[in-house]
Amino acid sequence: MLEIRNLTVRHGYLQAVTNVSLTLSVGETVAIIGANGAGKSTLLRSIAGLHRPHAGDISFDGRVITRLASHARVRQGLVLVPEGRRLFPSLSVDENLLIGTTSGRPGSWNLRRVFDLFPWMEARRREPTVHLSGGEQQAVALGRALMANPRVLLLDELSLGLAPTVVRRIYGVLPDLIRDGIGVLLVEQDVGQALRVADRFQCLLEGRTTLEGRPAEATPAAVEAAYFGLAARAGPAGAA
Amino acid sequence: MNWVNAIIQGVMLGGLYALFACGLSLLFGVVRVVNLAHGDFAVLAAYLALVVITVTHVPALLTFVIVAPLFALFGYGVQRLIIQKSLEVSPLTTLLVTFGLSVVIQNALLVFASADSHSFDLGRLTSASLQITPELSIAFVSLIIFFTAVVVLVGLQLFLSNTATGRSIRAAADDQEAAAIAGVNTRHVFGVAAAIAFATVALAGLALGTYSSFDPSAGPPRLIYAFEAVIIGGVGSLWGTLVGGIILGVAQTVGAQIDPSGGVLAGHLVFLAVLALRPQGLIRARLAT
Amino acid sequence: MRTGLDASEKTSPRAVRVTRARRSSLWGLVAVVAAVIGLATLPYLVYADVTDFLTNAFILLVLASMWNLLAGYCGLISVGQQAYVGVGAYSVLILAQNGINPYAAIPAAVLAAGMIAVPVSFLVFRLRAEYFAIGTWVVAEVFFLALVRVRSLGGGTGTSLPGLSLIDPALREAITYWSALAIAAAALLASYVLLSSRMGLDLTAIRDNEVAARSVGVRVTTAQRIVYVVSAAGCGAGGALLIISQLNVLASAIFSVQWSAKMIFISLIGGVGSIEGPILGTGIFFAIQQSLAQLGAWYLILVGIVGIFVAMFLPRGVWGLISSRFHIQVFPVGYWLHPHPALPQRGRGKS
Repeated sequence: MLEIRNLTVRHGYLQAVTNVSLTLSVGETVAIIGANGAGKSTLLRSIAGLHRPHAGDISFDGRVITRLASHARVRQGLVLVPEGRRLFPSLSVDENLLIGTTSGRPGSWNLRRVFDLFPWMEARRREPTVHLSGGEQQAVALGRALMANPRVLLLDELSLGLAPTVVRRIYGVLPDLIRDGIGVLLVEQDVGQALRVADRFQCLLEGRTTLEGRPAEATPAAVEAAYFGLAARAGPAGAA
Repeated sequence: MNWVNAIIQGVMLGGLYALFACGLSLLFGVVRVVNLAHGDFAVLAAYLALVVITVTHVPALLTFVIVAPLFALFGYGVQRLIIQKSLEVSPLTTLLVTFGLSVVIQNALLVFASADSHSFDLGRLTSASLQITPELSIAFVSLIIFFTAVVVLVGLQLFLSNTATGRSIRAAADDQEAAAIAGVNTRHVFGVAAAIAFATVALAGLALGTYSSFDPSAGPPRLIYAFEAVIIGGVGSLWGTLVGGIILGVAQTVGAQIDPSGGVLAGHLVFLAVLALRPQGLIRARLAT
Repeated sequence: MRTGLDASEKTSPRAVRVTRARRSSLWGLVAVVAAVIGLATLPYLVYADVTDFLTNAFILLVLASMWNLLAGYCGLISVGQQAYVGVGAYSVLILAQNGINPYAAIPAAVLAAGMIAVPVSFLVFRLRAEYFAIGTWVVAEVFFLALVRVRSLGGGTGTSLPGLSLIDPALREAITYWSALAIAAAALLASYVLLSSRMGLDLTAIRDNEVAARSVGVRVTTAQRIVYVVSAAGCGAGGALLIISQLNVLASAIFSVQWSAKMIFISLIGGVGSIEGPILGTGIFFAIQQSLAQLGAWYLILVGIVGIFVAMFLPRGVWGLISSRFHIQVFPVGYWLHPHPALPQRGRGKS
């Protein structure tokens, strides 16, 4: 469904992502792991249209979308939940959610269904989001993305700054979404969390893929080596 | 009684300044652009109204039906083609570009319309007024302008808080990138905000030509008054803008009452005093735009 | 930006070479000194209309350089520098009315403009960058409206400058020309010294990213305030030269926003953020003015359109174009980045 071919992204002189390829199918969860600064967020933001790649292609349903604007990608069903939540401070909780409907994609998501998913939200729907806790804000950010009726959800550092129980609760809603046929591409610093929920993973180091495979097939040592670049320095990047 | 009269006239004048200020405030609040050609665009609208009157013979007060929508379209175009592009170079480039527009508009009006000053012919309405006491009266024209300012401010507030487009505008103003990934076409939304701002600029230009007279160089002082109203009232608050306009208007008329040539200076001094003592403005409100 | 840090680790120290002075800069210095000496001999060689013309050019060069100092290095766009042009001119007038030689009054005018700028900076710096422009404009209007109320200084109708009528006109024009040349050279030298200092680097950091600069401990406001005061003092010098070269002053003309317009267009077209920009811009501006002056308002429409075009599509101006094409710097206040050949050539780094 989503296919990335040889993507290279630069920030000025600095190359953040180098020659990364990746595929994501319907109902699949793929995790991008890697150390701080490995290029994970840049990769996700490029897929969402926030960075223009220097080289390579992004296609969605066989259509090349490399040069499409962010909002037009949302209309195709490619929706990012950004790092740091990025809620709108002057909008209330339900207004934040309703912004997700701007693209006008048809689908089953509405305020009711988001409130069913996160029952606490309904009672606090008129409040400004600055009153919410970090986990609650993350739920609103996820709800805002769901309101767009996504076919692929891009999740950037969902767990950042949240307590482990809150993280588990948020990740707990993913299986239901995937059963609906949504594909999930997630970036996570918490490798354990990422490997628990993912069908496949891809490890980035200094902007390049150093390891990819299925969590069950990768040994902790191999993951660690790919993560910190111990093995990658010695030999070519290999699949586990 | 002269003082009461000065204050009442000042409040009415404040309506005119609030009308000038709301477009400036909206464009800054949403797009983060201070349009240095704001006053010149208003004067341009007044000249456009003169053309409309000459061609169609509609009464001056009704020209807004044609001029405001035309200016809304014009504003959308200016935003998409000029301001957006300048913003992408750097935020401060918009100041240089709108300053350039100001110079171009003023001199183009000089070339095409001469330096003569104009005002709208309102017929019998010009001298009609509301008699409160034998010594105290308010011109109908002033009342109409004040009423227009209130309607525009209330309407803008309702539009921003209660419509889907208003919601998108507020979201894009908060965080452009987050709005884009939530599906908002931020360039279009900024264009819409500019269209609304320019429609209010057109109304302000018509109000200027109704209240007094205008010539090609009338823009910059109006930009300054609008700016002062915004700062006195508190940046980002539409109601503050009305209060700021009224305080500025009263300062000018009361100042002129003390010394006929001191009105504008008194307004500036009140502005500087607010800046020195309460830089956040007189009204602290949640960001409305 | 975490990704960016990562890529920089990968970039070996040898990949990017950073240098400052270049041979072209040394030759530039020689050329500048030669030009100043050559220009100083002009009153002996050419007719007064040439030196008068150059006097005006030097005044505009001073004003544009001062505006550029604020905009190009502090990111502060002022539309109110005419406030200090007026203060400079009226300081000379007041001193001359009290029997002081107008030429001798120039340093006092510079000092007065700089001193007034200190309290004003505390007011206008309360406005965020976008509103700073109009705030400075209001200050200029206040100065104007206050001064026209003083009848002894000519009120709204203007007055002539006393104290120079006994000097032979040819000598007077020559002295005015030398004063303008000296002040223009001093303004460029002051800009160069200011920008080559540690503070100049701090300012570049502020311009590029104010939040980041604050977080690494650059005293943003102090540095900006110093530049604001220096810029005001320079504009005061320009104003002093204006009243001396015109021998009279009219408040509405000396406090006109047209001065800011000229400063902006000259800097913009020449190149904001380089010392060379305003020099080149003054030349271009006078060339346009000479060839199109008979067109009246059309000429300003054209200058406005060119200014808008340059701001949008050529933000480093004509000098930026020349400098990046030929790697020339006459006043090297920045650093050159020589990127690794494999990386994209983006011309010069930060100036």
